[in-house]
Amino acid sequence: METHNTEDVTLMEEVVTMMMEAFKELCSILEGNQISKDLFNFEKSTWRLYSGVYSLCRVNSNLCNSMMYSTYGDLLKEYIHGTLLQSLRLKQGEFFLKELVTRWAHYKLIVGWLSNFFGYLERQYIPGNSIPTLSDVGINCFTHMVYGQIMCAIASPAVISLIDKERDGMKIDRTLVMRVFRIFVELGKGSMDLYEKDFEKPMLDDARDYYSRKASIWISECSCPEFMAKVEECLIGEEKRGRCYMYHTTEKKLVSRVENELLVVHETELLEKESSGLKSLLRDNKVDDLARIYRLFSRVHDGLKLISILFKEHVTCEGMALVKQAGDHESSKKVENKDHVAAGLLQEAQVLLIGRFIELHDKCLGYVKDCFQNDSLFFRALKEAFEVFCNKSITATSPAELLAVYCDFILKRGGIDHGTTFEQVVKLFTHVNEKDLFAEFHRARRLLFDKNDSDEHEKCLMAKLKQHCGGLFTSKMEGMVTDLTIFRDMQKSFEEFIQSNSEANPGIDLTVTVLTTGAWPSYKTCNLNLPPEMLRCVEVFEEFYRSRTKRRRLSWVYSLGTCKIIGHFEPKTMELLLNTFQAAALLLFNSSDRMSYSEIKDQLGLTDEDVNRVLHSLSCAKYKILNKEPDSENISETDYFSFNSKFTDRMRRIKVPLPQVDERKKVVEGVAKDRRYAVDAAIVRIMKHHKVLGHQQLMSECDEYLGRIFKPDFKLIKKRIEDLIGREYLERDANDSNVYRYIA
Amino acid sequence: MRRSTRKSGSAAAPVSSSPGVSDLFRSATSKAVSKEMERVDQLFHTYVDKSLGMVGPEGIESFCSEIGVHHTDVRILMLAWKMKAEKQGYFTLEEWRRGLMALHADTIIKIKKRMPDLEREVTRPTNFLDFYAYSFRYCLTEKQKNIDVESACALLTVVLGFRFPLQVEKFTEYLNRQQDYKVINMDQWMSFLRFCNEINFPSLDNYDADLAWPLILDNFVEWMREQ
Repeated sequence: METHNTEDVTLMEEVVTMMMEAFKELCSILEGNQISKDLFNFEKSTWRLYSGVYSLCRVNSNLCNSMMYSTYGDLLKEYIHGTLLQSLRLKQGEFFLKELVTRWAHYKLIVGWLSNFFGYLERQYIPGNSIPTLSDVGINCFTHMVYGQIMCAIASPAVISLIDKERDGMKIDRTLVMRVFRIFVELGKGSMDLYEKDFEKPMLDDARDYYSRKASIWISECSCPEFMAKVEECLIGEEKRGRCYMYHTTEKKLVSRVENELLVVHETELLEKESSGLKSLLRDNKVDDLARIYRLFSRVHDGLKLISILFKEHVTCEGMALVKQAGDHESSKKVENKDHVAAGLLQEAQVLLIGRFIELHDKCLGYVKDCFQNDSLFFRALKEAFEVFCNKSITATSPAELLAVYCDFILKRGGIDHGTTFEQVVKLFTHVNEKDLFAEFHRARRLLFDKNDSDEHEKCLMAKLKQHCGGLFTSKMEGMVTDLTIFRDMQKSFEEFIQSNSEANPGIDLTVTVLTTGAWPSYKTCNLNLPPEMLRCVEVFEEFYRSRTKRRRLSWVYSLGTCKIIGHFEPKTMELLLNTFQAAALLLFNSSDRMSYSEIKDQLGLTDEDVNRVLHSLSCAKYKILNKEPDSENISETDYFSFNSKFTDRMRRIKVPLPQVDERKKVVEGVAKDRRYAVDAAIVRIMKHHKVLGHQQLMSECDEYLGRIFKPDFKLIKKRIEDLIGREYLERDANDSNVYRYIA
Repeated sequence: MRRSTRKSGSAAAPVSSSPGVSDLFRSATSKAVSKEMERVDQLFHTYVDKSLGMVGPEGIESFCSEIGVHHTDVRILMLAWKMKAEKQGYFTLEEWRRGLMALHADTIIKIKKRMPDLEREVTRPTNFLDFYAYSFRYCLTEKQKNIDVESACALLTVVLGFRFPLQVEKFTEYLNRQQDYKVINMDQWMSFLRFCNEINFPSLDNYDADLAWPLILDNFVEWMREQ
C-alpha cells in the first residue's frame, strides 16, 4: 500500500492535463495541412511531457504507472472513437479507402508519439507485469474498435471490387490497395493470420468467382485457341497484380486459383472441342496454339495428361487411317490384276505406306520438339501410338516385312539423301516390335544380282541400325555386306586366273558371288543337273577357289543364278535373260525338239514344284518360248513341250521372269525358332547372374533384355522356363514356389 | 544323409559291462528281431524270381492277389514307398526287408492288417508330399526324366484320385486332349499337387497366371474357363 501525498496527486493531475493538451494539439496538427512543419515545432515541447511522466512514475510506482498506462489507452480509444471513426463514416468506395489509409497513418503517428511520452512505462512498468507493450495496446485498441466493422466489413470488399474493376480494364490506384492490405499485415503483429483470413481469403474467393463466370462465358463463345489466348492474358495480369500490390505469398495462391478456374475446370471440354480442340489443332498444324496450350497446362498439376492422351489418340488415329487405306488398296488391287503385275503394284503401295509413316513420324516428332518442349510424356505418347499401328499387318504382310521392302527400295534408289532417309527409317523402326523378323526379311531380300555401288548405302543403313539396336542385331547383316565387298576383288582375281590359265577357260563369261554361311539366309541348294557348258564353269571356279582357300566347301545355289542366253529363232535372234533353272531347261532343247514333262524333270533333277514353275514361266506366261501340248493354262505331268522357233518379241533382249517361291513362311518359322533360343539364352544368363530370382522379376528382366530385338510373348518365356527346369538349368526354391534358383 | 560329428558328450546309451537283465532283454529282442527277419526273408523267397534275385512283376502279382489288393492299387505304391523301392515292378531283398520290417509285418495276414495304418501314414501331409514325389520318380525308367502324358494320367488317377477327384478328372481330360505337351516333368507334377492344395476348384478364382505356375497349368486353367 502506498501513500499518496497531495503533491503527487497534483503532479499527476498536472501531467495528465499536459498530456491531454498536447494530445489535442497533436490531433489538430494532423488535421491540418502543414503537418511536418507543425510537428517539428511540437516536437520541441515534448520533452516536458516525457519528463513529467518520468518524474511522476519514478516516485510513485504502481499506482501512477497503472494510471498512466490506462490513460494512454484511454487517449487512443478516444482518438479512434472520436476522430477516426467519425471521418470514415462519411465516405464510401475509393474515397473511403483513401480516408482509411490516411487515418491509419495518423493513428500510427499518434501511437508513436504517445509511446514516446509514456516511454518510461515501456521500460520500467510493462516488462515486469506481463501486460501488452504500448504499441501492442495501440494495435489492440484499433483492432477491437475498428477491425470488425470497418476493415472486414467495408474495407475488404471495397478493395476487392477495385481489383475486379481493374480486371475489367479500368485503371485503379494500386498504391492505395497496397496500403490497405498493409494495414491488415500490420494489424497481425507479425503473424499473417488476419491478412490471410480477412483480406486474402475473400479476395481469392472473389477471384475464383470472377474467373469462373468469365470461363463459363468464354467456353461457349470462344474457340479453343481463342480461349487459351485469353487465359494467357489473364494469368499474366494476375501475376503482375500479385507482384505489384499484394503480399508476396499471395501471388502464388492467386495465380493457382485462377489457373484452377480457367484451366483445370474446363480442360476436358476445352480440349475436346469438335472443331477447334486439340485434335483439330494437330491436324491443322497450328504450332503456336499448341505451344501455348502446352505452356499453360504445364503449370497445373496433371494438366498435361489429357493433352498427351489426346495427342496419342490423334497419332494412333492417323496411323490407323494410313494402315486401313493401304489395306483397302491392297485388297482392291488383288482383285483387279494378275499376280505378277499385282506384285509390282503391291510393292509400290507398301513403299508408299512406309513413306507416309515416316512423314507422320517426322511431323509428330516436330510437334514434340516445337510445341511440347521435348517433354518425355509426349515422347512416350508418340511411341505408344506408333507401336499400335506400326505393328499392324496389312492383310498378310507384317510390318517387319514392309519395312524390309522399303529399305530395299531406298537402297536401290539413287538421287536421294540416303543418310537422312535411313535415319528416319531407323527411328520408325524402333517402334516395330518384331525387329528380328525385319532382319530376316531384310536379309532375304538382298538380291544378289543388283550389285551397283550401293555398298556405302548398305553400310550407312547398317551403321544406323547398329546404333539403335546393338551390334548383335546387325552382325549377320554386316556379314552380308562384307561378302559383297569382297565379291569384287574375288571376281577380279578369278578373271585373272582364267586369263593366265587358258585351258581353265570355260568359254563362257562367269561371275560368281561367294556367300558366307550364317550371314545369309539359308537358301535351298538343289541338285540341278547342269548342262555340260555350265558344269565346266562350276568346275573351273571350284579349281580357282581351292587355289585360294583351303578347307572351305562350296554349295552352289542355282536358284539364285542368272543366265544370258542367245536364242536363234526364225524371225530373229534374241537375247534372253533367264534364271539358271530356266536356262538349264531350255538348253535341253538343243538336243531334242520335243520332250515330255517327265523327261524334262528327270533330266533336270528338280522337284515337281520347281519344274512346274520353270515350265510355266517358259510356256504359259508372257513369253511363249516353248510350245505346250495341250495349250492349257497350267502345267500337268502329261504335257509335252517343244521349242517354239516362231517365237519373237518387239525387243531384242528380254527378261523372262521366274516367280520366286514364297519364302515368307519359312522366314517366319526361322525367326520363331531363333526366338526360342534367344529366350533360353536370356533366361539362363539372367539366372546365372542373379543365382536366385523371383518369378515376376525374371519375367520383367527377360522382357527388358529381349525388348530391343522383339517383344517376347509372356507365354513363350514361361514355356522356356518350364523347359529349362526340365533340363535342370533351374529349379524352384524349396520354400517359395515363386522363386527360381540357378543350378550351376 | 548328413552325419553330425560330436566332439564331446556321450553318443549312445551307456553300455553296462555286467551281464544282467538288460543283456537278456537285448538278446531277447534281438532274437525276436532276427526271427522276424527270417520270416520276412522266407516270404521274400516265396515270390522271388530266381534268375533275377529279386521279386519280379509276376511275383508281385501273386503277392498282390494274396494280400487281396490289385497290383495297380495305390496301396502297392504305398508299400513300394515304404520300401523305398527304386525300380517299378521289382523289389530287392533289401527293399523288401526295409518295408516289411518297418511295418512289423512278416506274414501275409499281418501285412493285410497293417495296410490301413500304412494308408494313414502316407496321407499325413508331411509324408504325402514325399509320397507324391516318390510316385513320379518310381515310374521313370533308367534314362528318363519325364513321364509320357498317358502314363502320367494313369498315375495321377491312382495317386491323387481319391483326394482330389474333380481336379484329377478334369486335368487328365485336358492332358489327353491337348497337343502341346507330350511329356510331364517333375516340376509340373509337383506343381499340380500344389495347385490342388491352393487353388479353389472348380471356380479357379484365386488362380493368378502372373505367378510362377508352369505354363501347362496356365493353359489348363484357360481351357477350364472356356468350358
